[in-house]
Amino acid sequence: MSRHVVCPAAELPPGARKVVVVDGREIGVFNVEGRLHALLNRCPHGGAAICSGVVTGLSQSSGPGDYRLERRGEFLRCPWHGWEFDMATGQSWCDPRRTRVRSFEVKLEAGSDLVMGPYVAERYQVTVEDAYIVVDL
Amino acid sequence: MNAPFIEQKGRQTLAVVDCDIHPAHRTPGELLPYLEPRWREHYETHGVHVRQALPSALMYPRMMAAGMRADSLPEKGGPAGSDLDLLRRQHLDPVNVEFGLLMALSKGGMEERNPGLAAALSRATNDWQIDRWVREEPRLRAGIVVPQEFPEAAVAEIERCAGDRRYVQIMLSSRPSDPLGHRRYWPIYEAAERAGLPIGLHPVGYNGGHPSTGSGWPTFYLQEHYVFVACMEALASSLIVEGVFERFPKLKVVLVEGGFGWAPALAWRMDKHFEKFRKEVAHLRRRPSEYLREHIWWTTQPIEEPAQARHIVEIIDWIGWDRLLYSSDYPHWDYDNPSFAFKFPMTEAQRRMIFRDNAMALYRLA
Ligand code: FES
Repeated sequence: MSRHVVCPAAELPPGARKVVVVDGREIGVFNVEGRLHALLNRCPHGGAAICSGVVTGLSQSSGPGDYRLERRGEFLRCPWHGWEFDMATGQSWCDPRRTRVRSFEVKLEAGSDLVMGPYVAERYQVTVEDAYIVVDL
Repeated sequence: MNAPFIEQKGRQTLAVVDCDIHPAHRTPGELLPYLEPRWREHYETHGVHVRQALPSALMYPRMMAAGMRADSLPEKGGPAGSDLDLLRRQHLDPVNVEFGLLMALSKGGMEERNPGLAAALSRATNDWQIDRWVREEPRLRAGIVVPQEFPEAAVAEIERCAGDRRYVQIMLSSRPSDPLGHRRYWPIYEAAERAGLPIGLHPVGYNGGHPSTGSGWPTFYLQEHYVFVACMEALASSLIVEGVFERFPKLKVVLVEGGFGWAPALAWRMDKHFEKFRKEVAHLRRRPSEYLREHIWWTTQPIEEPAQARHIVEIIDWIGWDRLLYSSDYPHWDYDNPSFAFKFPMTEAQRRMIFRDNAMALYRLA
């Protein structure tokens, strides 16, 4: 694992995002209401530069006639086909093969940050350290 | 199917032919200089019948940026698909497009109901494609837009353009006023055959005034998006059963953006009943599936993504690997990138056919 200073924290106030190149990889760093996220800037579905997408929430429903927007600001929507990804885990919420994605989620909890198969946006650990944004690759 | 899986590369190295690129007007008045004065005046005074073509207001609320790739809006302003430079940077160059076929949907006259204006808009759109796109970018090719509900005028437009090899096909809306096998459309097919140009059927927004399904208007855009398939099935069977391919044996038809997964099922069903009802359609000398396989080509986007990738391979085995043509639909939201969108195994030879060689041969590109 290698640590990379991406920018001073002041350059990434809440609501801001930045695409940086670390180790030859484009990574989007986001500050959503103080929560920091870093995602590989390539959508695992079809290759779009996903970090230009809209930050959004989940539309949930218990059945016809009931619609709720939940978890506002926790999801990134791909600018091409609109797949939504949980920014904290990289987990896809649009994959029709959902069970396969869930199996990756279990690995995540076991502490594996980098080995994520197709359909899970790659995720990097971001921390604020001496007022710099640092990305672990 | 034991074909080796070809690794999908991050960057497209194989040259591709893209059979579906949508150019847009920079401003609402962009067509005016291409219209004859009489129709310019009409356009400015009365407007056109179809008031919701891309990229204006749309019949169904689309996801993303009004139906566009959210990252395809030009920095300089104007709608997605209106900036040639961005098209080059975002698609033609990184995807390694050798030839890109334009599908000009905006106010083309395909669905205009005023006959004179329909013909004038078609002429203007065709001249505009050459002037603003093909002349500037030699990788692009135009499609002849015709006033399809007025076949006499459509034939005149085909004849006006056909000698110019920068036009490589004739475009028809897959949502016409009548099923396209009707005899009144036959002069268009006769002209296409004479010119040696394939017909490209592409969905256009307004459905010739009909609901987009046989049982009325869908409620959600998800349904509306899917029913492109239903209209393609209706038109393919209409062209086959009404005898168009019997009368015009050299006619080639490309179904653009209507899927292809349904093709075997339609053919099986028509064949099953063909023997029983042969007397009703005595003008057909062969089984419907034979016309389908001989006269129809299919573009790939939006490619189906079944959970079992081999299902798609089986369908293509049935249709024929020589019949599929790669298309991106740039800049629309359901864009397919050739390096990522094809999640099923292909041999190198199959890959070359779908991405390039089939289109090179069909459209005689060079
Ligand atoms: S490329 Fe991101 S959703 Fe398809």
